[in-house]
Amino acid sequence: MKKLINTADTLVEDALNGMAAAHPSLRIRDQVVYRAEGPRHGKVGLVSGGGSGHEPLHAGFVGYGMLDAACPGEVFTSPVPDQIIEATRAVDGGAGVLHIVKNYTGDVLNFEMAAELVESVEVASVLVDDDVAVQDSLYTAGRRGTGATLFVEKMAGALAEEGAPLAEVARVAGEVDERSRSFGIALSSCTTPHAGKPTFDLPDNQVELGIGIHGEPGRTRAPMASARELAAIAMEAIHGDMPLHGDLLVMVNGMGGTPLMELYVVFAEVASFVKGKGARVSRSLVGNYVTSLDMQGFSVTVCRLDDALTRLWDAPVETPGLRWGR
Amino acid sequence: MDTMDTGFFVAWFEEAARLVRRDRDRLTELDAAIGDADHGTNLDRGLTEVTKALAEWPPSSPVQVLSSAGATLIRRVGGASGPLYGSVFRQMSKALDTPVTLAGFAAAFDQGVVALQRLGKAALGDKTMVDALTPASRALALAVRDGVGAREAFEQAARAAAEGAKATIPLQARKGRASYLGERSVGHEDPGAASAALFMAALATAAA
Repeated sequence: MKKLINTADTLVEDALNGMAAAHPSLRIRDQVVYRAEGPRHGKVGLVSGGGSGHEPLHAGFVGYGMLDAACPGEVFTSPVPDQIIEATRAVDGGAGVLHIVKNYTGDVLNFEMAAELVESVEVASVLVDDDVAVQDSLYTAGRRGTGATLFVEKMAGALAEEGAPLAEVARVAGEVDERSRSFGIALSSCTTPHAGKPTFDLPDNQVELGIGIHGEPGRTRAPMASARELAAIAMEAIHGDMPLHGDLLVMVNGMGGTPLMELYVVFAEVASFVKGKGARVSRSLVGNYVTSLDMQGFSVTVCRLDDALTRLWDAPVETPGLRWGR
Repeated sequence: MDTMDTGFFVAWFEEAARLVRRDRDRLTELDAAIGDADHGTNLDRGLTEVTKALAEWPPSSPVQVLSSAGATLIRRVGGASGPLYGSVFRQMSKALDTPVTLAGFAAAFDQGVVALQRLGKAALGDKTMVDALTPASRALALAVRDGVGAREAFEQAARAAAEGAKATIPLQARKGRASYLGERSVGHEDPGAASAALFMAALATAAA
């Protein structure tokens, strides 16, 4: 294993120190990342968090038009309630706080505990569960939260910035999740710094279908194929769950170890698939946004837009990971 | 050993910390197969904090040991295992009567397992830590019924937990991260059940 780290034990802290040094717009205290300017009176605060290793998610999305605070845990490990409680209290501008939680057992438990324990702040929660690779049933922990987390944080963030009340921000956050679906494919595993070797072995001629964002294996393996064929597998899975029509926001997201050039190759195939179904790519995003350390591969996330959501997507945003219009 | 004192409970967590440290890589490898390769690391970090807290603020009762350990695991581990293990010990601390008899321990432990199942929404056979802790709780209840001594009772509970952990191998996971794998989770021991068996083994050692 070769990684640019000092020690595995200080990795998260060292990376946060780097973020603070690189981005004066952020303030970092007790392993929570805040906007430097602090809460704005009357604005709903947005707090998210989760394991580290998915950068720029979540800390890279703290700033105008998105999050007010992010709580990074250890690599692939949810944050602890203390971080979430502290963040929730610190960002409350008197209008309440929305917790944006990816649907993983650890994230859900720790955010639930924090919401119970935090006093004097009105808290609402939205659960992101967009991954169609997992059957949502009694026989699983439910669908995972993956790429749609970025959509939820962006659109709910824009709405909060306009001064909408907590109930409305929470409703729209839930609506974005309901209208979004994702599917991921890995060409390689990833190496967590503590384990020191790839989480799973994947032969050169095979891919993992339906992966999450923690280096966990997917549901099945398939032979390595062209970008066109792999994009079609992902899009068929999404289309089979939520038939594509109308205006779509489409993200082709890299898992951390795939060149942008290849992501564009995938995007061309995705766009062509969408067109073939009679739908339209109205907005798009291509790049590494919801990653899994050094994993090679991609995920596609599709959100069915309407005018209101399109406006929220287009609204100004200024964070280390996403910025436009301001 | 008729009753269990503060020192016994401290020894339990110290031994659990030692066993998890010793088996850290094995737990992480089990987790790599069907999860995200961090269970050993996280639990080792949490139990190190637990023993540190117990040394820094020496508890004066079994209840204090359990509530300190529970709070530390909830606050310091993260992931699912922190709140889940933490809730077992926190609930035990609430249900425990002093002086602690085997019957009292067994009853409080059962309350802890009930709290765990409620929080994690997991049932027996879902391939989770419940699959090790429920048989252990049953073994303790049977030992109380049969009038078995504490030392023997904890050994039986440890054996039941170890067998329960091994019995997760052929199961398909229905809760936690392994459930995402569907049928591919079959054939692997659940890392949470494996670490739960270590907690019970530590209990037997503390009583020996």
